[in-house]
Formats: sequence, C-alpha cells, structure tokens
Amino acid sequence: MTQAEATNTGEALAPPDGLGGVVADWSSDQRAFKKVPWGKAMMWIFLLSDTFIFSIFLLSYMTVRMSTTVPWPYPSEIFALSFGGEPIPLILIAIMTFILITSSGTMVLAVNYGYRSDRVRTMIYLVITALFGATFVGMQAFEWTKLIVEEGVRPWTNPFGAPQFGSVFFMITGFHGFHVSVGVLFLFIIARKVWRGDFDTGKRGFFTSRKGNYQTVEIMGLYWHFVDLVWVFIFAFFYLW
Amino acid sequence: MANTEPHAEATADAPPEGQQHPLGIYIKIWALLFVLSTCSYLVDYLQFQGYLRWSLIILFMLLKAGLIVAVFMHMMWERLALLYAILIPPILVMVFLFLMTHEADNTFSLRGIFFGAGP
Repeated sequence: MTQAEATNTGEALAPPDGLGGVVADWSSDQRAFKKVPWGKAMMWIFLLSDTFIFSIFLLSYMTVRMSTTVPWPYPSEIFALSFGGEPIPLILIAIMTFILITSSGTMVLAVNYGYRSDRVRTMIYLVITALFGATFVGMQAFEWTKLIVEEGVRPWTNPFGAPQFGSVFFMITGFHGFHVSVGVLFLFIIARKVWRGDFDTGKRGFFTSRKGNYQTVEIMGLYWHFVDLVWVFIFAFFYLW
Repeated sequence: MANTEPHAEATADAPPEGQQHPLGIYIKIWALLFVLSTCSYLVDYLQFQGYLRWSLIILFMLLKAGLIVAVFMHMMWERLALLYAILIPPILVMVFLFLMTHEADNTFSLRGIFFGAGP
C-alpha cells in the first residue's frame, strides 16, 4: 500500500513541451494528439490529404507550363475588367481574393463567439461567411462564363496561346470552386445547428448520433481557412506568375 | 447564451479543449492579410518582371499562408506533435517539385529538337 501511495501523484502530470514532448506524445501508448478533439485531428489529416491533391494539380500545371514551346497566355490581361474606362488588370481576381480573406475573418469571429457560447453572434457570422463564400462562387461562375462563351476557351484550345492553359484553368479553379461550394453548404448546416441551439443542449447529430459542441464550429473553420489558403497559392502561381 | 460581454476574456463554461484567444490578435492578422493581398496585387499592377516579380510573389504568398495556418487555424497554439505531423509532409512535396522541374526541362529540350520551335 505504501508503494502505491509513493507512485500516486493524485493528478495527471502535465505532458512535456518541446521536442521531448513530440517524442512523449507519439510514444505515449494513448492518443498521439493530446488536447485536440478527435474531430479536429481528423479534419487536419483530411486537409493534409487535400494539400497533396492541390499540390499535384499545381505541380502538373508547372510541368506543362515549363515544357510547352508555345507562349503561355498572360492572365493579367485575360482577367482584366473595365468599368466604363481603361481595363484594370486582374481586378476580378483581386476582388475575389479580398472577398475570400474577408470571409476568413468573419469565420474566425464565428469560432471566437462560439467558444463564448454567444449563440446569436456565432450564427450571424457563420451566415455572413457563407454569403461571402457564395459571392465568391458567383464571381467564379461569371469568370467561367466570360471565358467559355465570349473568349472561346476550351480545355483543349484557347485564343491566347498554349492550349494547356484551358485544361489547367478549368481543373484547378473548378476543384477549388467545388471546395468553396461544399464549404458554403456546410456553413449553412452548422449555422442552422447553432441557431437551433444544438451545441448548447448537446443534441445528437443526425449522422453520427454524437453530442455536438462549439468545437464543431472551429473544425468547420479549419476547412474554411484551408479553402482560403489554397486560393493564396492559386492566386500566386496561376494568376500572378 | 449571450451572457458574456462581446470582448470579455475566456469564460468558465467554454469547453476545456477549445482554442480561445483575444479578438485583438485576429483583427490585427486580418488587417495584415489585407495589406499583404494588396501588395501581391500591386506586383501585377505595377508590372514588375523577372526575378523581382517571382521573389515578391513567393514572399507575399508564404507570409499570407503562414499567418493563416499559424493564427487563423490556431497551429501556433497546438502541441508540436500535431504541428510536425501536419506541416512536415507538405514540405516533402518539394522533392516532387525538384523531380518535375527536371522532367519538364527535359521535355522542353526534346520538343525543341523535334519540333524545331525551341529557343
């Protein structure tokens, strides 16, 4: 009995920090990701796999652009818009970038108010985020329509230069736009759950039958910021380069 | 329910594992992201070319990506075990990048020889 008392510290010891903490966490014979709910760890691993998908898209774009002997189309002029006067280069894409960053900011506010259990503000900011996302998808639809109908861009040909431009453009922005659309859908679903008070009452979800809480808003936020993150890379490599 | 002030600090009824930080840091990073986006747009608007253009694009891109992952996605407050598990694999993609630049260079020179259109 005295031995048990000697080893019983009464409370769990704090896990070590730094590199020692990495080794301790991974070798702890328990869950590796401590202080992280399982849903969040799984979302991060999903985002890692999504990172690979977009990396492969961007790498294949780099490969076709480097290996073509035909000049690459100049995005600055293709995506220019004129508001009555001189065409402003790349202005449509710049506005889309600002819209997506704004939506990331409102998402952060939603997560923050969620952890304060401020149900109404969380719901409002989630809906605002979703509306910004829908605006982004709308502008992308406008961009696609302009390129397909007015300019005659196809996945196999375009009037500007290297034919690979079309296939790369439709694949990368299309896949990103699909991610944004799915994000908008889920933002509305989470906003409805918050509005109904599911996370305050611990109501069980229809799909997993688990009790939800405001961590769900943060996990939704991870996905939404990732969509913004991918756009940062697409904007840099596809539109600016 | 809304029983706390909008700008109050962490409340006791929040889940213990949640990421809760003062609003100020988010607002500052948000503003910084706007500034950086404007900068990367100006790279195109001011028609910088060559290595200056490419290095500025990469710089602003990495700063924006870093800020989003570190602050908005809370990575700077997570334990290192998660941070390394998520952030090291994408860095390994650089090996793939290295391979494909050489592959593309090779294809380009072959097309130059056979199509006779190379520089």
